[in-house]
Amino acid sequence: MIIHHPTLGPRDSAEFVYLGDASLINRPDPTAETKAQDFHDYAYLRDNPAGPIRELWFHEGGDRSWLVVTRDTTTHEITAVEFARDVARKQGRSV
Amino acid sequence: MHDLTPLNALAGDAPANDTIGTLTLTENPELALASVAARKGQERKCKAALKQLLGKPAPGPGKACLRDPEAAFWTGPDQWMVGAPYDTHEDLADQLSKLLGAAASVTEQSDAWVCFDLRGAAMEDAMALLGPLNIQSMKTGDATRTSIHHLGCFVIRRDPSDWVRILGPRSSAGSLHHAIIAAMKSVA
Amino acid sequence: MTQPTQKNRLQGGLIDRSEKFKFIFDGKDYFGHPGDTLASALLANNVRLMGRSFKYHRPRGPLTSGSEEPNAMVELRGGNRQEPNTRATTAELYDGLFANSQNRFPSLAFDAMAINDRFSNFLTAGFYYKTFMWPASFWEKIYEPIIRKAAGLGSLSMKADPDVYDKGFLHCDLLIIGAGPSGLIAALTAGRAGARVILADEDFRFGGRLNAETFAVNDGPAQDWIAETLDELRSLPNVRLMKRTTVIGAFDHGIYGAVERVSDHLKTPAPDKPRQVLWRIYTKQSILCAGATERSIAFENNDRPGIMLAGAMRAYANRWAATPAQRIAIFTNNDDGHRTAADMHAQGVEIAAVVDTRPNQPVNLDYEVISGAQVINSKGRLGLTFAELKLADGSSRTLECGALGVSGGWNPNVHLTCHQRGRPTWNEDLAAFVPGGTLPPGMSVAGAANGTLSTHGAFETGQKAANAALRALDLKTSRRKLPEAEDAPLNITPFWYVDGASRAWLDQQNDVTVKDVKLSHQEGFRSVEHLKRYTTLGMATDQGKTSNMGGLAIMAELAGKSIPEVGTTIFRPPYTPTAIGVLAGRMRGKEFHPTRLTPSHKWASEQGAVFVEVGNWMRAQWFPQPGETHWRQSVDREVLATRNSVGVCDVTTLGKVDVQGADAATFLNKIYCNGFAKLAVGKTRYGLMLREDGIAMDDGTAARMAEDHFVVTTTTANAVKVYQHMEFVRQCLFPDLDVQLISTTEAWAQYAVAGPNSRKLLQKIVDPEFDISNDGFPFMACGNITVCGGLRARLFRISFSGELAYEIALPTRYGDALIRKIMDAGAEFDVTAYGTEALGVMRIEKGHAAGNELNGTTTALNLGMGRMVSKAKDSIGSVLSEREGLNEADALMQVGIQPLDPTQKITAGGHLMNADGPVDAAHDQGYVTSAAYSPILERSIGLGFLKDGGNRKGEKMRLVSPVTNLTVEVEIVSAHFVDPEGERLRA
Repeated sequence: MIIHHPTLGPRDSAEFVYLGDASLINRPDPTAETKAQDFHDYAYLRDNPAGPIRELWFHEGGDRSWLVVTRDTTTHEITAVEFARDVARKQGRSV
Repeated sequence: MHDLTPLNALAGDAPANDTIGTLTLTENPELALASVAARKGQERKCKAALKQLLGKPAPGPGKACLRDPEAAFWTGPDQWMVGAPYDTHEDLADQLSKLLGAAASVTEQSDAWVCFDLRGAAMEDAMALLGPLNIQSMKTGDATRTSIHHLGCFVIRRDPSDWVRILGPRSSAGSLHHAIIAAMKSVA
Repeated sequence: MTQPTQKNRLQGGLIDRSEKFKFIFDGKDYFGHPGDTLASALLANNVRLMGRSFKYHRPRGPLTSGSEEPNAMVELRGGNRQEPNTRATTAELYDGLFANSQNRFPSLAFDAMAINDRFSNFLTAGFYYKTFMWPASFWEKIYEPIIRKAAGLGSLSMKADPDVYDKGFLHCDLLIIGAGPSGLIAALTAGRAGARVILADEDFRFGGRLNAETFAVNDGPAQDWIAETLDELRSLPNVRLMKRTTVIGAFDHGIYGAVERVSDHLKTPAPDKPRQVLWRIYTKQSILCAGATERSIAFENNDRPGIMLAGAMRAYANRWAATPAQRIAIFTNNDDGHRTAADMHAQGVEIAAVVDTRPNQPVNLDYEVISGAQVINSKGRLGLTFAELKLADGSSRTLECGALGVSGGWNPNVHLTCHQRGRPTWNEDLAAFVPGGTLPPGMSVAGAANGTLSTHGAFETGQKAANAALRALDLKTSRRKLPEAEDAPLNITPFWYVDGASRAWLDQQNDVTVKDVKLSHQEGFRSVEHLKRYTTLGMATDQGKTSNMGGLAIMAELAGKSIPEVGTTIFRPPYTPTAIGVLAGRMRGKEFHPTRLTPSHKWASEQGAVFVEVGNWMRAQWFPQPGETHWRQSVDREVLATRNSVGVCDVTTLGKVDVQGADAATFLNKIYCNGFAKLAVGKTRYGLMLREDGIAMDDGTAARMAEDHFVVTTTTANAVKVYQHMEFVRQCLFPDLDVQLISTTEAWAQYAVAGPNSRKLLQKIVDPEFDISNDGFPFMACGNITVCGGLRARLFRISFSGELAYEIALPTRYGDALIRKIMDAGAEFDVTAYGTEALGVMRIEKGHAAGNELNGTTTALNLGMGRMVSKAKDSIGSVLSEREGLNEADALMQVGIQPLDPTQKITAGGHLMNADGPVDAAHDQGYVTSAAYSPILERSIGLGFLKDGGNRKGEKMRLVSPVTNLTVEVEIVSAHFVDPEGERLRA
């Protein structure tokens, strides 16, 4: 597969390390009343869609960026690649 | 002055130097390296300081600034590797720390890497056997990290363009050297 | 041996008669010429019989002249280069070629196993499934060896392959697969426009089908046009021509796999040159110009040597100047078969007749054309002698002929269009599947591969496809006048098999007949995929290139469906058989992965160290001394010397990560379960890293070199994974922290110097202005120092052994010099180098957890560090480590274990059972993770996890291992066998 890195352009997926569902960015609030349930869901529950999925890839053999790649699991078509850091910030993550 | 004798990455008595066909491969132990990563909110200041050092803007993604004595290439978002001759810049990291102050985190990298210079007419053919890098699309001054036989390496296309500099993990210098030599023989 | 004659060599052809190549087939000498294949040279030498079939051992000759060949498979070369199942039709002849037929015993002409043919009624479809079901134990011992012996194809040399294979990576705008007329014109069009073009062809000669025909191009020989075209392509620096290169697969995002046979046409590869290269080709656009493959017609005994595809017969005559016999006949259902008759006649071969299934074919003045007739059977023990015909009026006739060219039509080579689950569509005019549906992104198809069988059509569609690719690439298109060429239609009337035929071969490589397909239908196999697996149709090395269509047609007829309704099986890579060697490339043996050497490697080698692979690292395991004959002697000595005086060990392999930034301490508070914010500058702290699910991930130390600078260590095994995790936490979870990371594992050589005399030793190394006394540099101190007269270095007072110990780090290039210096300076203390075994013994004696304990199932609580998980702050894993299930009263806790009888041994992996009661999983109390012989305690000791282990010290238990029949009575003790109060390391 080819992943179009936002700044480095098309790169062979062999340069990347796969982690999984990009929902791992959404680490729950550790102070919430419901934290036990929230963290359980965060750590263990994943969707397994036949179709587009957003997932985390690490450019180990490149610039060491974590990327959020939107890939169709039925065709391997990749429709979006974003820096995970930007995605995290957009989702309100900070310090 | 300390009394310890350095050992080259390939542990030979002299730096390795091989010529096969039109290609030469040279182990280059004369390179001091330090990484520079801009601190948060200090990116502009860091780039300005690098510009002052390099006499040119800090290189952008996929690019290198080839200049003597200090040179630099981009390694990641707001991160660079700065290089200089080892005999005059053994304390490169300290020098950079002083220059950059609180604008950047600087880490000594001189001995994290083995440096090979591969030169000659068949350079692109040899590189095609080493990894997925699109060497033909790289021009003088382009620099990128790539995998060569499972080793994360930096490849910098130099001037003249039949010359690439390959920085690989120092502990695997022997494996990397073996892989490059095998590719040189295949295309010779 | 008499001088061979090349009795069946014709005039002309694309062979170089000025040179003779000698070769040996089945022990007999022959000769041929450059440009020959083994098959063409054998035919020229009047050899039609080239192999025995897989199941019935029937005599077989070449069916085709290309890579689709099912029959003519040989063992090429000998010794360690012997290569089974090599197609004689693609093996290029070279001087001294040596080949043997295979699957015959004792000789090709007399094969004892041909008796299988007589029992063919028992060997029908599903034979194996039906016969060898019971008893199961018979399968491995009796059935399989017999079947393997009887049915095996070629044999392996059982020797290591002496050749090397490369992997390579190419990038292009446009990959053109196949260099026939459509591929050549496409390459010319795109090459002239400046696109980066790769033109790959599996043949050793560019030209594709034009090489096999007598067609004119622009009123001159096609070869002239090919030569001009290649000259121009070679002059274009943006075009790469790759012959002997088979594109084997179309993969995601425009990536193609291709095998280039660099040295297969040579007796042995040149020194240091690869035999083959596996290319990974990255493309923006591709054009498939792979041509078409002819198919046969099934009739009784249609597999005799001499019966071949009509197009192949014509190729042998036109390209290779070889004919399988001096008198031949043709059996066809389309116009193309007549071309073979015309070309063979022009070459002076006698034409017995052209048998056409279609009625009312035009009369030919040179030879007889029999319309509306069929070939229904053949005769000839080891090769064709007679063909039996059924004429239009139902009467019979016998034709004497030494070869029969059969044409049942042409199948476009759609394979690569289907590698991403695309399905071909049915074309009525051709009675064949053509590319359709969804093609791999960026791919288009031209020429015969797309169902355009004429040369003119190939030129037209080749140029069109190239211009479409150029448009997609934003390059300038051009329309030039096409070369003039024939544009004849195929005029096919489908005819798949002769009525009533049963032992009529469809798949000659797997010996599948019309009868087998009918039987499979009768037994209820209705899906084409089931048909394939039940009959093995199309499952041999040729993947049914010449046979699948026949099977599908018969199946459709039986089911009362149309062929497109039945559909095809799925095409998968590789397009042709691919050697494992080229898939492995250079990654063989020791080169399977890179090797990492420590800074002291050269010195350790000189000392005769025994090395062990730890990940990619080579680490000294122990250092045998003269007189030591057992590893335990070395390891015990190294442990005792360290504990009694001083030892030194290379610990460079531990991962090191530089953590800097204003928020560095905050960041460490996130990744470690224990706190780091209050760690003073100049101090080091042990840190335990949890996964988010509360399980321990890794451990190490973090040294605070400055307010905003830590040096973090990881275990050797997890260095890469931990770095990824740290970047994940930094970029994805807390993106606004001011923290920067970089690995420095390779940059620093690091040695552990341990033992009561370690300080005295280091005081001789560390420059005197640095106070490393117990007061000046207490336990867990760290700092920047200089050594040996001013060299920058780092010192950490940390201990894995439990002794007074330091770790000293300096730039890697000086690591070799430093170990020599330490050994010199330490001579007065009998300093001893120790390896990973002694390191392991000492950490077990001290009760330090390592990889065996941090095994992916254990929590901080299990490891006896439950109180370390700070409740005052959030960290990765802190919430879920509080889960009820991980905190039960009888949770596993790390304990020490020692045998009651000090002479008895503890082994890791054993389980702990109560002193009384049953020994089974339900009564399991825990398990042993690490065990060693402690030379200090002079007994075997172990670490393990025990339910409620914290409260069971002193309890007598049984250690059992049903696997090794071990039962040892043990006592549960503190995990800290040596110096439990930690007095030594604080000394």
